[in-house]
Amino acid sequence: MAKETTSQAKSMSLIVTKGSLDWAYPPFILATTAASMGLDVTMFFTFYGLGLLQKKLDLEVTALGNPAMKMPMAGMHIGMPNLVAALPGVGAMATGMMKNLIEKKGVASIEELRAEAIEGDVRLIGCQMTLDLFEVKRGDLLDNIEIAGAATYVENALEADINLFI
Amino acid sequence: MADQQLDAKGLNCPLPILRAKKAIKSMDTGATLEVEATDPGAIKDFAAFCRVTGNELLESSEEDGGIYRFLIKKSG
Repeated sequence: MAKETTSQAKSMSLIVTKGSLDWAYPPFILATTAASMGLDVTMFFTFYGLGLLQKKLDLEVTALGNPAMKMPMAGMHIGMPNLVAALPGVGAMATGMMKNLIEKKGVASIEELRAEAIEGDVRLIGCQMTLDLFEVKRGDLLDNIEIAGAATYVENALEADINLFI
Repeated sequence: MADQQLDAKGLNCPLPILRAKKAIKSMDTGATLEVEATDPGAIKDFAAFCRVTGNELLESSEEDGGIYRFLIKKSG
């Protein structure tokens, strides 16, 4: 069967496995940048990454189990012990702080980067198995995406110049 | 004087590059784009962007007040 695209451009594929506010950045930054540099880009969203394809994003970040997460605060960098990070409301607080920093530092929102990816013709593929496993409704995900499995990714990756797992 | 201006001051990676790409897309071949940015990473990034896309980086300079200025000529 003929492949869907036969392009001479360089290409990149990314497997996106994480869906928290912080981890949503690396794949979307790289995908949008590569697309702007003329690459054909494919993103394959699996497991917790699948949530990044939901129509309505409500991303959160947590310091729980993340000793490397140190936020700038009052001229210092403050980490959070797990015992504190686990308390009710602390996750929401950390998310709020992160969103403040994002805005203050001129960093794009994930919604904005995702819109850029779509505008840049990045191919977005949701993992069928993850939909089944977590009982995700197709209707809750963006309309203009593909739903497929590992073989589709592998075929794409075979042709790509850069393959990343994030 | 460049044909087009882009104010990317205050924007962080990858927004200066994404905005520049959009501006270049709408320009004629041979036209020039002047970008002003405050992201220090933009110095290496605009050089890389131009090498990969084939556009010509005519100027890359640091002005007073932490502002970086890039002049890009659209090629091909």
